[in-house]
Amino acid sequence: MSETPLLKLSGLEQVFDTRKGPVAAVGGVDLEVKAGKVLCLVGESGCGKTTTARAAAGITRPTSGAVEFRGKPLTAMNAAERTEYRRSVQYIHQDPYAALNPTRTVYSTLTAGLKRHGLVKGRTEARAKAAELLRLVDLTPPESYLDAYPHQLSGGQRQRVNVARSLAMDPKLLICDESTSMLDVSIRVSLLNTLGRLRDELDVGFLFITHDLAVAKYFAWDGEIAVMYLGKVVEHGPTPEVIGNPQHPYTKALIGAVCEPDPDLAKANRSAEQLRSAEIPSLHDLPAGCAFHPRCPAFEPGVCDGERPLLQLAERRNVACHVVARDRRRAAAPDDRTLTFDAVPGSRRPEPESAI
Amino acid sequence: MTDPILSVRDLSIAYKTGRKESVTAVSGIDLDLYERQSLALVGESGCGKTTLGLGLLRLLPGLGEITSGSLTYRLKDGSTADLLKMKPEQLRRFRWAEAAMVFQGAMNAFNPVIKIVDHFADTLRDHSDGKRKWTKAAVEARAGELLETVRLDPDRVLQSYPHELSGGMKQRALIALAIALDPQVLVLDEPTTALDLLTQRSIVQQLHELRKKFGFTMVFITHDLGLAAELADRVATMYAGRIIETGSARDIFYEPKHPYTAGLINAVMPVKGLRPQLESIPGYPPSLKAMPSGCAFHPRCAFATDACKNERIDLDLLTERPLGMSHTAACLHHDQVRFERKCTDTSAARPASIVESETADV
Ligand SMILES: Nc1ncnc2c1ncn2[C@@H]1O[C@H](COP(=O)(O)OP(=O)(O)OP(=O)(O)O)[C@@H](O)[C@H]1O
Ligand SMILES: Nc1ncnc2c1ncn2[C@@H]1O[C@H](COP(=O)(O)OP(=O)(O)OP(=O)(O)O)[C@@H](O)[C@H]1O
Ligand code: SF4
Ligand code: SF4
Ligand SMILES: [Mg+2]
Ligand SMILES: [Mg+2]
Repeated sequence: MSETPLLKLSGLEQVFDTRKGPVAAVGGVDLEVKAGKVLCLVGESGCGKTTTARAAAGITRPTSGAVEFRGKPLTAMNAAERTEYRRSVQYIHQDPYAALNPTRTVYSTLTAGLKRHGLVKGRTEARAKAAELLRLVDLTPPESYLDAYPHQLSGGQRQRVNVARSLAMDPKLLICDESTSMLDVSIRVSLLNTLGRLRDELDVGFLFITHDLAVAKYFAWDGEIAVMYLGKVVEHGPTPEVIGNPQHPYTKALIGAVCEPDPDLAKANRSAEQLRSAEIPSLHDLPAGCAFHPRCPAFEPGVCDGERPLLQLAERRNVACHVVARDRRRAAAPDDRTLTFDAVPGSRRPEPESAI
Repeated sequence: MTDPILSVRDLSIAYKTGRKESVTAVSGIDLDLYERQSLALVGESGCGKTTLGLGLLRLLPGLGEITSGSLTYRLKDGSTADLLKMKPEQLRRFRWAEAAMVFQGAMNAFNPVIKIVDHFADTLRDHSDGKRKWTKAAVEARAGELLETVRLDPDRVLQSYPHELSGGMKQRALIALAIALDPQVLVLDEPTTALDLLTQRSIVQQLHELRKKFGFTMVFITHDLGLAAELADRVATMYAGRIIETGSARDIFYEPKHPYTAGLINAVMPVKGLRPQLESIPGYPPSLKAMPSGCAFHPRCAFATDACKNERIDLDLLTERPLGMSHTAACLHHDQVRFERKCTDTSAARPASIVESETADV
């Protein structure tokens, strides 16, 4: 299918200047979100998910690479197109405590954008629209919340006001940054069902950041998951494949770390520490070769610490891992014994030239 | 050591919402916490968890007020103190040195114009007992050590401003700050919401170790039942401002007796297996301004009878155990609740459902 994606990130890079030198928070990311589809972004704290999302939402300008909305690069948009893009693409801030203006009531927050774009006429219509939005996110009866200030709301209530505000603009693309993280399981299911209806009935596309793999699985079952590690995508493919049969050692470790609500299982799992090190490498001083190698349980000296692994197709998804790529090559050519480089244990094949 | 470290009796907290109006966010809380215990506080968004957590340290915002009850702590020197009678100066010393809190929305809890290292300096200088002099070098050494326990690189983080750290990094820095003065009681409000699983795991492990080493008591508020199962000895479920069930972690996760707790556990989405059709608990959480009569859960409860609508239902003792580990539930029909754990196995994946009432069978 070659329909133009809603959102396309190509070679996205974001380098921050800090006192200790440049920090490459995002180091070359290629991703697409199609209408009515979900792309989930998961990965370690600090790996660049929010930075990617902010560039996609046009809040920050990437230091290199391009963001395209419906085939048009942001940098090539005229004023009218930019306004349209700002309305169609809504970013839901990761921190609901920072995202709401403390001096505005919920009603005022929810309707500010609508008024600015001339989408509601008069106070009665605005209040009715705001009440409808609150019902969508389970804040009922709406009258109890319309005139409240953010400090009068609990964390999860603020988070839902934030979501409701983004829905006000009838967005075509929602960029959700951990938007269900403060909700209890029951309300979370209900909110995901609401968002799922937007996806299925109104064809809204989602760039959905979450650390919760169950949420990713539930919401992006027909979509894709991209796993990031230190500024790069290390595994990317259809959700059921990535969750059910992870290939990259980092993804495997993530899925292995899931705790179920079961105290006995949890105790049994506690001892299962699988990584070689818990240390997250510094962005100022990335390890040579595969950035995951100091922690990777599948690390092979000489194989992993030379060059950066590129994303390559493996098992219906892209994986950036030397060992996975090598094992795949072996599996693909089990019979050409005369040509194999692996006949002598420990010998190496040359690195592949191209990715993807 | 059978005295509780913190004893809460009949605690109620209200927020002013107008000149003469107020809403009660938390009511009738009785709780005894013993040394080295970890208690998970779970419950629906808006049910009063943060309010209770803040109340335990008298950290409520200006419009919040403890309207009744008592809070008694056993201090490090062995004396007991009534928190509600403490003077501001005593209270300042008490906080952080005796009991500390990791706030929800941690990402926003740092002052944006102050470097991380100076947050440590302020806390160490303001709240310590004054016996130790916190020079710049001493602050940096202590802060560095604390940051390392939460897997942050002190070289980079200490000199950073809060906006230069990711959400999860800020959250970890705040945990480090909270344990800076070796508190006896640590209240953590959604301490790992922004963290990926591996970082969460390692923080959980750190907390286990720190608790072993320093012997603090932990109250942690979470919506993540997996985390509660992993970290808690005891669990208390809250609904509409009240504790409606308490028990050991095994009581709550294997044999919940309040229909709300059972529904909550069954709404957890499994990561393993096929994708089940999930159901949330039907209906909406009540708003404080329109609280249902009787058992506040009755409009959403499959077991509700007329008796549930009439009067307040108190916690019933189901299994008695020492040290606050008893199983109690506030439900008239708890004997009818049979919890069936939702299956997470691929071979038998089936829709999750709210526990069905036995009496509903024809
Ligand atoms: N304005 C900034 N100046 C310097 N460094 C920054 C800035 N913003 C982000 N960073 C750094 O970029 C990296 C990626 O941050 P980002 O917020 O994108 O992470 P994240 O994946 O969203 O993490 P989390 O899950 O913890 O929210 C981090 O190391 C962070 O410290
Ligand atoms: N300053 C305030 N004035 C009025 N009502 C308030 C105030 N602060 C909180 N509330 C209300 O009190 C109730 C309990 O809030 P609290 O923050 O304790 O909830 P919570 O259980 O921590 O929820 P969450 O899981 O969403 O953080 C909520 O319904 C909230 O709207
Ligand atoms: S390249 Fe090597 S170190 Fe990196 S993930 Fe693969 S096996 Fe692990
Ligand atoms: S008291 Fe009645 S309404 Fe309340 S939880 Fe029990 S059965 Fe349901
Ligand atoms: Mg982030
Ligand atoms: Mg809260």
